[in-house]
Amino acid sequence: MNRAATGGGIRLKGLIIKESKQILRDPSSLAIAFLMPVILLLLFGYGVSLNARHIPIALVADAPDQTSANLFAHFAQSESFVPQHAPDLRTAERWLRERRVDALVHLPADFSRRLQPGSPESAPVQLIVNGVDANQARLIEAYVQAVWGLWLSDHLAARGHRLNRPITLEPRIWFNPELRSRDYLVPGLIAVIMTLIGALLTALVMAREWERGTLEAMMVTPMRVNELILGKLLPYFVLGMGGMALSVAMARWLFEVPFLGSWWLLIVSSAVFLLAALGMGLLISVTARNQFIASLISIIVTFLPAFMLSGFIFDIGSMPPVLQALTHLVAARYFVTLLHTLFLAGDVPGVIWPNLLALAALAVVFLAASRRKIRKSLE
Amino acid sequence: MTKSMSETMTEAMAAAPLLHAEQVSKSFAGMARAALNAVSLCVPAGAVTGLIGPDAAGKTTFMRLCCGLLRPDAGRITVLDRQIGRDDAAIQAEIGYMPQHFGLYEDLTVAENLTLYADLHSVPQAQRPDRFAQLLDMTQLGHFTTRLAGRLSGGMKQKLGLACTLVQPPRLLLLDEPTVGVDPVSRRELWDIVYRLVATDGMGVLLCTAYLDEAERCQQVVLLHEGAVLGSGHPADFTAHLNGRVFGVRGAANQRRALQTQLRQRPEVRDAVIDRDRVRVLLAPNTAPPANAAPPWVPLAPRFEDAFIDRLLEQATQRHPPMQVAARPEPSALAEVITVSNLSRRFGAFVAVDQVSFAVRRGEIFGLLGANGAGKSTTFRMLCGLLPASSGQLSVAGVDLRTAAAQARARIGYMSQKFALYEVLSVEQNLRFFGRAYGLNRQRLRERLDWALNEFGLAPLRQQNAGLLPLGFKQRLAMAAALLHEPDILFLDEPTSGVDPLERRAFWQRIDALANAGVTILITTHFMDEAEYCDRMIILSQGRILIEGSPAEVRAGARRPEQPDPSMEDAFIHWISQPAAPEHAA
Repeated sequence: MNRAATGGGIRLKGLIIKESKQILRDPSSLAIAFLMPVILLLLFGYGVSLNARHIPIALVADAPDQTSANLFAHFAQSESFVPQHAPDLRTAERWLRERRVDALVHLPADFSRRLQPGSPESAPVQLIVNGVDANQARLIEAYVQAVWGLWLSDHLAARGHRLNRPITLEPRIWFNPELRSRDYLVPGLIAVIMTLIGALLTALVMAREWERGTLEAMMVTPMRVNELILGKLLPYFVLGMGGMALSVAMARWLFEVPFLGSWWLLIVSSAVFLLAALGMGLLISVTARNQFIASLISIIVTFLPAFMLSGFIFDIGSMPPVLQALTHLVAARYFVTLLHTLFLAGDVPGVIWPNLLALAALAVVFLAASRRKIRKSLE
Repeated sequence: MTKSMSETMTEAMAAAPLLHAEQVSKSFAGMARAALNAVSLCVPAGAVTGLIGPDAAGKTTFMRLCCGLLRPDAGRITVLDRQIGRDDAAIQAEIGYMPQHFGLYEDLTVAENLTLYADLHSVPQAQRPDRFAQLLDMTQLGHFTTRLAGRLSGGMKQKLGLACTLVQPPRLLLLDEPTVGVDPVSRRELWDIVYRLVATDGMGVLLCTAYLDEAERCQQVVLLHEGAVLGSGHPADFTAHLNGRVFGVRGAANQRRALQTQLRQRPEVRDAVIDRDRVRVLLAPNTAPPANAAPPWVPLAPRFEDAFIDRLLEQATQRHPPMQVAARPEPSALAEVITVSNLSRRFGAFVAVDQVSFAVRRGEIFGLLGANGAGKSTTFRMLCGLLPASSGQLSVAGVDLRTAAAQARARIGYMSQKFALYEVLSVEQNLRFFGRAYGLNRQRLRERLDWALNEFGLAPLRQQNAGLLPLGFKQRLAMAAALLHEPDILFLDEPTSGVDPLERRAFWQRIDALANAGVTILITTHFMDEAEYCDRMIILSQGRILIEGSPAEVRAGARRPEQPDPSMEDAFIHWISQPAAPEHAA
């Protein structure tokens, strides 16, 4: 009887038990799987917001009067701004340079005069914005215009006029009507977290086996490469799905992100994505046979792209074409889209299926590549 | 007698070799020399075949080729009637392989490690209880089944590694230096297990080792040097031609090292080593011992080690003259350079070092011996100031290194067990780094660098990365680095573990020169023959000193009717297996 051919089940079971015991006894794997999602979600959910609020702004009127006071009162009422009154333009400019304020609004001396009906010139409002953070600058510009527009219509209404606009825009915002950036960030963040769990964990544990020399003796047993790979994938798959469940639960019930899609699709997408991430981790660990290098490579080739090229924070559409092309290789990109859709828009087949297929293709590529590269050999 | 033995061997081999290698060659990219060059050998069933050779001879490469972990560039290896490279899984199901560093899963228990290997070999559940009981009994690990492998001593780890390898009784067992860093007691236990299995199950064993007494016990030895087979046969075949060339010269007990140095310098002497109370001398071929010499030269029976050294020195290009060491200034008052009194170290409830006291005089070689886990390394680390003592006093060169100024530390040289070198820096860069770390100025650094490169034969390798050096050269480099700043006191923690006999000889020659120049040396080792080079030594067990004295005193204390002239290893085992001595006995 050929023992090598039989007993695959026993061997696989042995490997899975071994790996599971190691996971349970090694606090670092559990921490990566469960503590890290909690910390990252709390950090991003509460700490990071893409909405601009409480922006310090300097207000200067060269000739303070009733009109300027009225305009400035509108700024004070806005949630977005914390206005500070500067005595003159020079002081306000200094504040801007010293970063005490992010913008200044300046009303020249002839502002009230030019605002009078029948004035031949229009009334200028000078806005200077700190443009270092371009995104923030654009937000401030828009918010200032909004405040100014509101004031103008109030101003005219008080005089019995109506603001005469040929076209009125009546926006309605779908999928995230309150424009809460958290609703958008948290699902995207789950993709980043899952990338880390999937890739970092497998890359590290395989590298650890190389480092400690545990594989050399094991390779001279009837164990097959497929069993070795499955013995690694299955326990970490379960662990990763656990981390995923925790993240989704936090998103749903702690951050109250709406979930409009169907759960089974979420589970399928997560499973497929996790396979792709585990495949990346395996591939890294074949190349880097020590934990330090493996962790650096995983961060550079999986975590950073998942963070920056997935559309999680930075919109893919506004990237240069080369980068846009590159994002197609980033598994997290598809998962971010899937998560955004499932959480905020619901089951949209036209979005779900192409992205799911792309993920599946990547998973197959990564797993097949690691299967090809892992051999029972030290060469 | 010898002849008939080797004839029987040849017949057995012809009958059914378990492993047959034909003209096997293997090269690695980036290495100048082929790792193996047309190596042919056979491993018969029911016998132990030793693959013996110095560092970088290609032993490990050959082992890995035999179990399918590497592919040969040329040649053919047949294992259990199957050619390697065709159906490796089938071969791997029937062989056991214990690599040099058997990677146990340290966060799994003893029983879980065994179960994993039983699963990998698909051992049926019904057979497991008996098999495990048998293995645990053999390895004496029965009481430790629930202990994590990471918390076993070095010797116990090796025994567990062996047990994992044997979980499915293999027909062929490949052992790659199974006893490196293992104390003599565990070493004996390991060999008892292997030889018992060879006798009862008819298992064939291929073994690499740096211990030549282990080679002597093999039924067949293959001598490998620089990737080529220098010779093979029964160990006795190797020594036959040495009859009349090996002598013992007895000297005064405390003059053995001086006598050894003196004898080694004679042109007709090929090798001289300390062996108990005498110096063992190997003469070059066709030379005679001096007539009427005093002390007299007594003929001795040649050992395998004599043959090994003889063969390898034939290959060596030149002999190295003794190292030149500047004499250290005579101390003003301090005769005892290291004093330790009632030193203890506890880790939680575990007492690693328990009330240890000893003193080391200037220019003395002082040995710290003990089984794995006896407290040697802990004592060592406390002396070097790397670990605080729980209680007791210690002073090195008049200070406690843990709180001492850098100035005091500059008088100490330290060589750690793992040769702490920067593997991606070249030999020269490593030396420069350590020189600067010790604050040598430009002029002195250049002088000392030249000294180190020449003295340790590292000049041709100065541009090579330290990580690529063979173990023996790493040890030389580590020692050179520890000596750059000309320390007065040298701490050496298992400096010769895994190093081959030739390198160890050169190493002790240097140690001797240092001690003669007044350098005080504290050393730990697992090689009992090396303990003979110490002026005085202590044997530690479970954190306590079992005996302190000169090598002769330690051996004398172990003399028994059935063992009238114990070797140091016999003595060590005698002392270690004593029932726990009452505190402060004698």
